Amino acid sequence: MSKPLENVEVALFVTCLVDINRPSVGFAAVKLLEEAGCRVVVPDAQTCCGQPAYNSGDRKSTKDIAKNVIRAFKGYRYVVAPSGSCAGMIKKHYPELFADDPDMLLEAEELAARTHELVSFLNDIADFEPDDVKLDKKITYHDSCSSLREMKVKQQPRELLGEVDDLELIEAEDREACCGFGGTFCIKYSEISEEMVDQKISNLLATKADIVTAGDLGCLMNIAGRLSRKGHKMKVLHIAEILAGMGDNPGIGEGQK
Amino acid sequence: MQVTSRKFKENAHDAMQDENLRAALGRVKQGFTTARANAAAELPEFEDLRDQARDIKDHVLENLDYYLEYFEQKVIEAGGQVHWCSTAKEARETILKICRDVDAKTVTKGKSMITEEIGLNKFLESQGVEPIETDLGEYIIQLADEPPSHIIGPAVHKTKEQVTELFYEHHQQYGYTEREEDPEKLVGEARAVLRHKYVTADVGITGANFLVAETGSTAIVTNEGNGDLTQSLAKTHIAVASIEKVIPTLEDVSTVMRVLARSATGQEMSVYTTFSTGPKRDDDIDGPENFHVVLLDGGRSEMIGTELQELLRCIRCGACMNHCPVYHAVGGHSYGWVYPGPIGAALNPQMVGIEEAIHLPNASSFCGRCEEVCPVRIPLPKILRYWREKSFEQQIGPKPQRWGIEIWGFFAKRPWIYRLMTKTAVRALKLMSGKKGKIRSLPFNNGWTAVRDLPAPEGATFMEQWKKREGK
Repeated sequence: MSKPLENVEVALFVTCLVDINRPSVGFAAVKLLEEAGCRVVVPDAQTCCGQPAYNSGDRKSTKDIAKNVIRAFKGYRYVVAPSGSCAGMIKKHYPELFADDPDMLLEAEELAARTHELVSFLNDIADFEPDDVKLDKKITYHDSCSSLREMKVKQQPRELLGEVDDLELIEAEDREACCGFGGTFCIKYSEISEEMVDQKISNLLATKADIVTAGDLGCLMNIAGRLSRKGHKMKVLHIAEILAGMGDNPGIGEGQK
Repeated sequence: MQVTSRKFKENAHDAMQDENLRAALGRVKQGFTTARANAAAELPEFEDLRDQARDIKDHVLENLDYYLEYFEQKVIEAGGQVHWCSTAKEARETILKICRDVDAKTVTKGKSMITEEIGLNKFLESQGVEPIETDLGEYIIQLADEPPSHIIGPAVHKTKEQVTELFYEHHQQYGYTEREEDPEKLVGEARAVLRHKYVTADVGITGANFLVAETGSTAIVTNEGNGDLTQSLAKTHIAVASIEKVIPTLEDVSTVMRVLARSATGQEMSVYTTFSTGPKRDDDIDGPENFHVVLLDGGRSEMIGTELQELLRCIRCGACMNHCPVYHAVGGHSYGWVYPGPIGAALNPQMVGIEEAIHLPNASSFCGRCEEVCPVRIPLPKILRYWREKSFEQQIGPKPQRWGIEIWGFFAKRPWIYRLMTKTAVRALKLMSGKKGKIRSLPFNNGWTAVRDLPAPEGATFMEQWKKREGK
């Protein structure tokens, strides 16, 4: 069967959290994109999408960082990030950021049009299905806020997880509620964030799933960190790892086996 | 009311320790969100109606002066009076003067957030006029001497048991000497006590959900009918409303009403919708003899033409707070001023000053659920971010957080130095974690490790590993 993106160049926006904290998610993303036929490149000059500055009100730094990203990702047919949050920043917020700068606005909009969140890209554009991937586990999927609301990612992860052999998807109550991460929010207002993540993990644990997954590493680190602090054993994986057949990887925060 | 927004963190801490409040907030979360979702799902054109409601409000805001003057003209034609007040103080004094003119001793009140905003009750009391709230929720918090904690459910933070105690304490003077625990009987008790007050009140004060320009009418929606009794039994009716409540036509009112109750409580319509046009006419069988509209600006006209203009579309349905995980955690009082939840976090910095209210726009995870459900599509997260930018520009807020962002920004702008820094950082963090794969406490940034472990990095960054793979 021919692949719609055979040999198409796709630039991976690694995201700062994946780069620093969980490179395996980046490699899972590369594997999936390559299986979909894409030629993956990782532009050298990337750092972060700028959200920490943007959400802290530092518009000037955000613009500088955004300009770097726009420059680093010029010319690639597609830009894909294993995160709804970082993809949403580029797609939705970069054009807002340069609303009063017509030249940069054009460039920001042009990049926005090429930028996608990984799971929706695989499902909607690359026509990808996991082939021969098996995971005999019960999985629950957390809808991260930016994947869901900014990038409209909802059915795609469920469809792709449905293609994994033996995998059973169990939906959690309030799966669309925020986990309490919110970038710097979880540090500045840790007590409120704690309340939110406790709500989240009690709903996740109620599914009795073996693994919780999502498309955003920030949420997953928050959930994993709280599960670990409370002594719960539920395993936490990024959805790219599951789809790429790395479901047996140690979970986030579990250390090497 | 006393503004305590500066103490948001402390307020929130106390609120989260309060078991009664947690129980009450749990019901908000379940009840309101499910009801709204069902109501929206049952109406195929709901999303289109939201667009229409937004457009109607936008049109009004673009032509506010025109519609307000038109409204005034129609009120006068109907025999009423409009009082233009720039400030809360002016509004209070105007209302007092109307009360004095009819020698009022007691005033019944329908639910009105604007009278909360201007602190009317305390003021009237200090001037020897007794205000009596007639909305059940407002009545409960008046007895408890508390501000509302929700814009449509002012006593939503109170449990049934607390209401039992309040009524037991305050209703003995009316002959209720038993602790009543049955909710229906509690409502009956309040009804009986209030019924007498409607008839004896000299003035009835209500708010207004809409000011209809084409007819000069004020409109309120309630579920208890208390607004009708308040405004038609007293000899004088004062409707207090802020300027953005004006709406061109009755047709427009019907459009906006189709999204209002559905967004608020999940009802198709509130139980009572009441339009008041002027005082009692000669052939009317009842109604007030005097009809006044007190129009409050209260800083709103300054918002026209700014990034905050869209906030003036708000129809005060409460959907944003009903769906807000932060509101669910901390409740309405934590916000420290009249308007809680996302709308309060966006509006209060304008009303009480960003220095006072700095926490409110910051205490958000930007989850976006408020914008998702807002019937008039106010981009609340965008406005919260606007305030963060304002405070960053003006250097308001904790210095260390600012420095942190500036240092991080310095590196993020310089990929090569950034690469070196991250390479070093992941090794340090990996070392700290040992074999456990997580870090339980950090010498810095303890906001994270105060409540959760930090999953440790794998030991080399993706970029390093990728270069190795590509053989560079």
